[in-house]
This record gives sequence, structure tokens and C-alpha cells, in this order.
Amino acid sequence: MNNIWIITSREYLSRVKKKSFIIMTLLAPLLIAGFYGGIGWMAMNENVGSTEKTIVVLDPTNSFKHEIENPEKLNFIFKEDFSVQDLGNSDSINGLLEVKGIIGNKLELTYQSRENLSVSENDKIQDAFRAKLKRDKLEQLGISQSSIDSLNSRVSIKEFKIDNDGNITSSNIGINTMLGMALAVLIYFFIFLYGVQVMKGVIEEKTNRIVELIVSTVKPFQLMMGKVIGIAAVGLTQIGIWVLLSGFLMTIISLFFGIEMLNTSEMQELSNNPAVAQMDSFQEQAIAAFFGLPLLKIFGTFLFYFIGGYLLYGGLFAAIGSAVDSETDTQQFMLPVTLPLVFSMMIAFSVVINDPNGTLAVWLSLIPISSPIVMMARIPFDPDPMQVVLSMTILVLTILGTIWLAGKIYRTGILMYGKKPSYKELAKWLFYKN
Amino acid sequence: MSILQIQEVSKFYANHTALDKVSFDVPKGKIFGLLGPNGAGKTSLIRIINQITGPDKGQIMFNGELLNKEHIKSIGYLPEERGLYKKMNVYDQLIYFAKLRGMSASDAKITINSWLEKFEATSWKKKKIEELSKGMQQKIQFIVTVMHNPKFIILDEPFTGFDPKNTQLIKDEIVRLKNDGASIMLSTHRMESVEAICEEVVLINEAKLVIQGSVSSVRNSLKDNTYELKFAGLLDTNNLANINIKQQEEIDGINRLVFSYNDDKHSIQIFNNQPIEIKEYREIIPSMQDVFLTLTASNYE
Repeated sequence: MNNIWIITSREYLSRVKKKSFIIMTLLAPLLIAGFYGGIGWMAMNENVGSTEKTIVVLDPTNSFKHEIENPEKLNFIFKEDFSVQDLGNSDSINGLLEVKGIIGNKLELTYQSRENLSVSENDKIQDAFRAKLKRDKLEQLGISQSSIDSLNSRVSIKEFKIDNDGNITSSNIGINTMLGMALAVLIYFFIFLYGVQVMKGVIEEKTNRIVELIVSTVKPFQLMMGKVIGIAAVGLTQIGIWVLLSGFLMTIISLFFGIEMLNTSEMQELSNNPAVAQMDSFQEQAIAAFFGLPLLKIFGTFLFYFIGGYLLYGGLFAAIGSAVDSETDTQQFMLPVTLPLVFSMMIAFSVVINDPNGTLAVWLSLIPISSPIVMMARIPFDPDPMQVVLSMTILVLTILGTIWLAGKIYRTGILMYGKKPSYKELAKWLFYKN
Repeated sequence: MSILQIQEVSKFYANHTALDKVSFDVPKGKIFGLLGPNGAGKTSLIRIINQITGPDKGQIMFNGELLNKEHIKSIGYLPEERGLYKKMNVYDQLIYFAKLRGMSASDAKITINSWLEKFEATSWKKKKIEELSKGMQQKIQFIVTVMHNPKFIILDEPFTGFDPKNTQLIKDEIVRLKNDGASIMLSTHRMESVEAICEEVVLINEAKLVIQGSVSSVRNSLKDNTYELKFAGLLDTNNLANINIKQQEEIDGINRLVFSYNDDKHSIQIFNNQPIEIKEYREIIPSMQDVFLTLTASNYE
């Protein structure tokens, strides 16, 4: 036990002290925030980077002049006379739009230019002309714009969740889905990230031949467990720092933007109060729903499935590392380990999110190879506690079995050199005596 | 008194036998040579002694007790394939291995510092292993092997990677460790170092023990009645029916004759009537190199 502790602390300290760890831990949240922020910003400012175009419009029907609003970044100039030659001689005019005629419901336009229209420009031109035609039609039918507006009713569903004690909390399908997906992705990445670290660590010890020296002092199983636990501790440290850091960042942001962040207890009060139904904007409701979730419980479950999923796969990664001589040889063994992970991820994003309490979702959240990811995707939807407990129990039992098997492969593998083992060979190692 | 008694130890792998009923004693306080060609079973035996694997048959006594996990801390092991954490610095690495051997932090500090000083390595303390030369790495590996003051030290090819100066340094250290009371088992292919520092040897070939004893007794046991005579003058070979000449040559006016006697007397007196001046006469005792090659000849056929 003491040996495991010595090994664990070496594995932990040697990684945590690395510059790359410190940099990645501090930078990753900023990178992720920057990444999504950037995407969001670009989505909101679609036209960033596109230049304004000036387009000459020839309209022999004379029905669109003064009736067309200039769309964003497009400038229509109505002219009586303008030819393709004129377009060729002008630097300031980008294109020539001609109205060919209106046949029934169809308006025909031609566009001539050196540069094609982008999809959004095309859409904007269509929208501008369609709006004018629509107004004309409505006028013909004798319907005013205000009557049209009054037809568009808004429907919004405010969801509330009632538990067995009759407590009401607000709930929001959008928030639950987003949170479920985010948790599943995190678990997936962590298992991969740290699982591969275990494998690399084992390969390093094997190729450097340190193993022979260490196993003359400690049992191979102790070495393996020390490594697995040490790297788990690295992962938890990283998560811990990220939680603190994001809390800090959120406070800064909320102070900066003057958004009043409601704390959980206040929200609980609010959500128990029917007055919450008065809240109108989607954002407010989403925030209410988010803080209405049992966040502490979700975080606790996350930690459990992170550690559980990591231990399950970490043991397998250690076994793979021990069986090969170099990282390039790992491919053939990696596939059967990564396949269930990728599979669970894809299922979590499709089936589970759509029907979090459906049969497939329930079964996959019980089967240990997929349960860490799938159950995390289900957690925000508040699954039956009995299922969670059962899933956790099965996971723990499977971990014990897997680690035991991995230990058997590991202890034979780490001292075996120059042999590229087959699956048959690995199976034999399980039954080797010491 | 023996530090180690190997009793009828056998080890089998799927397709071959690594050790076949090997028995011998390793004496206390001496430098003991474990010899054998590649693949003879030395590494298997060393791994069994280190309890990395167990014997399939037979047992090993350590200091009179059945070998068990408690003895690990009394054994120092320098594996043939050297290995240290490349990215870890020298000092942290030594502390790590000291802790695994159950040394207290303060003991470890003192011992490590004195060893680093002895090997003129104090300035490398904070350097990563990958920044050191091969010879420096070997020195650190040697410290790892002996820093916990083990009673029994297994050195597998301890001289590889060292220049002659450092080889001498390590040899001196090995002898000093022995004089301080440690028992040392040396596994090497360098027969000249076996002759230089080993007192007793065993030779293993194809999983079996071939010969054991003191270096001189092993060499003497392979004597084959070969003598060498160096002389000036002309030898009258017609009068030498009693010997069987194996080799005859002349170097710088001195004749050299290698021969064996045909009778049991082995007496130099047969040269008394020869018109020669004897410069040197000796029986040729096979070197450890010869012993090794002769006894493992089956391997190279």
C-alpha cells in the first residue's frame, strides 16, 4: 500500500510540475471560451469580411423604384439606361440586375457581373423583391400589414418539474439537452485524454527498461495501480482548477456586463413561487432552469463517472501499453477500446438526447462500457435514481474485474520484449502463473 | 557460509526450459561470477532471485531463510538493460528509488549526497537523465543499485558503457562494497574482469549448471596437459619421443614450443640432454575465456 502511494505521488507530481500541464490547465478554458465566443460572434456578425456591393437595377416595369429597401451591404441604384459595357467600364459598380418581367407568381431577374453573388447576397436580393411583391398582393386582397401581424401569435412552453414531495422546479428542455451533451463530451474527452496518458506512461517505462528495476522492488500490480491513480489525481486537479477558474471568469464576466447572477437559493425560492411563471424572456427562464437543476448532484455524478469511466478504460490502456514495445504498435489494440467510446458518444448525441428515458438510453446507461458517457448525457433529465445506483454498481464491479484482468496482462507484458503479441497471446497471459 | 542457496531451481516457459534443476551456493562476502552465454538462463535466474518471477520448481534460501518479499530490501539489482526516467532529474529520481526501497527521507538524503560526491556528480543533481552522457547515466544507475546498502548485490554487465577510467572506478567500488561486507553476484561476458575480480564462479549453459568453484580451480580443472617452453638454440626433435608437439615458432631469436607429454611423468628433465638454453617453462592453464568457450562450445556448433 505504501509503495502504491510512493508511485502515485511520483506519477502525480512529475505530471503536475510540467510546464505543459500548467499552461494547458490555465489556457484550455480561455481557449475553449475564445473558441465558442469566436464562433458565436461570427455567427452574429455574418457579414464580417464581406464588402458592400453596388448594384445597378434596370427596371422596365417601373414597379420597384423607391419600393425596395436596400439590404445590408447591398446598395441598389435604379437607372433607366445601363449596359454591360458600362458595367465593364465602371469600377464602382459591381453588378447589373435586370427585371425581366412578372409572369403570374413568378418574378424573373437576371444578374450580370464579374463576380458571382454569395448565397446570402442572393437570398437578400430575393427577400427584398419578394417583400415588395407581398405588399402588393396584400393590398390587392385588401389586408393591412397590421392585420397580418396580429395573425402571428407567440407560443411558449414554460416547463416545471414536480418531484415526489410535490416540489416544483422550473425545467428547460434546451438547457437539459445542452448540459447533457456537454457532460457526455467532457467524460469522453477525459477518458481518452487520461487513458492515453496511462498507456504512454506504461510504454515509457517499458521502453526505458525502468520496469525491470521497479518490479524488483514493487509488485507489477502496485506499479500499474500507482500509475492509474496518480494520473486520475492529475485529472481531478485539472478539473478542480477549471471549476474554480470558470467560477472566477463567470464572476468577472457578470460584473463586467452588469448581469445580475442569481444564486441558487434565491432561484429555488423563485422557482417554488408561481410568480416565476411571470418571467418572460427565454434567457431568464434558461438561467432559472439551469440553477433549478440539482447542480451539486450532477457534479457529484460527473466525478463518479469520470473516475469510474477512467478506471475502466485506464486499466485497459495500461494493459495495451504493457503488451507493445512502442507507441506505433498500439493501433491494433486501440481500436476495440476506442470503438465503444466513440459509439457511446454518437448514441448519446442522437438517441439519448432525443429520448433520455427511452429503452435504448436506459440499457446503454447500465452497460458499463457505455454507461459513463450515456448516463452523463441523461443526468440533467433526472433519470430514475434506482437506475443510477444500479448503473454505478455494475460499473464498480466491472472495474474490479477489468483491473484484475489488465493486471494479469500487464505483469506478463511489461517484461516481454521483442514480441508482437496477438490476441491469442494476450489471452494466454491471463493464465500465466508468476 | 552462503548468502544464497539455489536449490534445484527449474523454470519453464511455453516452448523452452530456461532453468533445469540448477543448484549452487553463493558465498557470503565474496565476489561471485554468474557466467553463461546469451540465452543460457542467467536473466531468468536473476529475475527469480529478485522475485520478479517465481521458480516453477525448487527453492532459494536467502541468508538461511526461504526467499521472501522481506528480502527485497536487502538486495540491490543492476539490470543489464539500464533504465531510468529520462525526464526526471537525478536527485528526484534517486529519492524516488530510495523511498521504494523503504529508506527514510533523511537517510536517503545523506546517502545520496555522499554517493554523488564520490562519483563527482553533485553538480548534476538538478539535471534530467536525458541530459547526461551514457557514462554519467550508468553511474546514477549504479548509485540506485547500491544506495540502500544491500547485503546482496546483483550486477548484470556492470561495465558496459564505461570508459577504462570509469570501469576502474566501478571495479574499485565493487571491491570496496565487498570489503564492507556485501556479497556480490556479477554476471558478465567479460572474462578478463571475471579473472580480475571474481573469487568464485558458476557457469550455466543451456539451462544447466556446467561448472562451479573458485576461479583457479575452474581453470585448473580444464588443464589439458599443455606446456610451453621458451628456449635459445636448436632442439633435436629425434630425441624427444615423449612429447607431442602442438606448435613451434621463433620470435626474435627465441624459440617457442607448445607441447603435451606422452607419459604421466610430465617432467622437464627430458630436455636435460638438449643443446638448448631454457628461458621459460610453464604449464598452460586455460584462461576463463578458454574455459567459457570450451564449456559452451555446444552452443556455437
